[in-house]
Amino acid sequence: MTITINGKETTIPENPARTITSLLEELDVSQRLYVTVELNGDILDSAAFVTTPVNAGDVIEFLYFMGGGNALFAQSRR
Amino acid sequence: MLRIPQNIHDDLIAHAKEGFPLEVCGILGGTGDTVSAIYRMTNTDASNEHFMMDPKEQFSVVKDLRAKGVSMLAIYHSHPESPARPSQEDIRLALTPDVSHVIISLAGAEPEIKSCKISAGIVQFEPIEIIV
Repeated sequence: MTITINGKETTIPENPARTITSLLEELDVSQRLYVTVELNGDILDSAAFVTTPVNAGDVIEFLYFMGGGNALFAQSRR
Repeated sequence: MLRIPQNIHDDLIAHAKEGFPLEVCGILGGTGDTVSAIYRMTNTDASNEHFMMDPKEQFSVVKDLRAKGVSMLAIYHSHPESPARPSQEDIRLALTPDVSHVIISLAGAEPEIKSCKISAGIVQFEPIEIIV
């Protein structure tokens, strides 16, 4: 099936069990705890990665948190 | 090497000063090693000691860069009261591959800007060339 990942149309094998989490694994995305995903224009809660299926035609964007600083983790960080 | 046009270099300093005493952050886009665009981003932490970009803004910038056919070259942030070198937190959260990390320090008498690449926890400073 074909999906769009970060602006590129990509054909991947059919897999009804595929979720956002497993897709990120397939793509060998490291540090997945710090990845934000947008699915069809909506930002997904990270807790939903493991249950959200990937369907043909989906438009998926992902990127890493961009942050830093001297202090301990802020509340907005996961 | 990161080549930054004078007007964008000036805007980096202006952004840092406008945001003082909070940290400010943003993204620099361009081609090769030459910056051509600056995107001021919201520091959702609104803190003097740390920053976190708004993911919605991040996605918007990434799509805009793509539409313009340019790349994300650097992530920048200010250090209002500390030197222009990455903190341990900066290094730990330098997750985006293949980008430079630009830090604007307002700690001294004059603003200072430095750029580095961070990979696997290793910091390598790179020269900045200001272009007109």
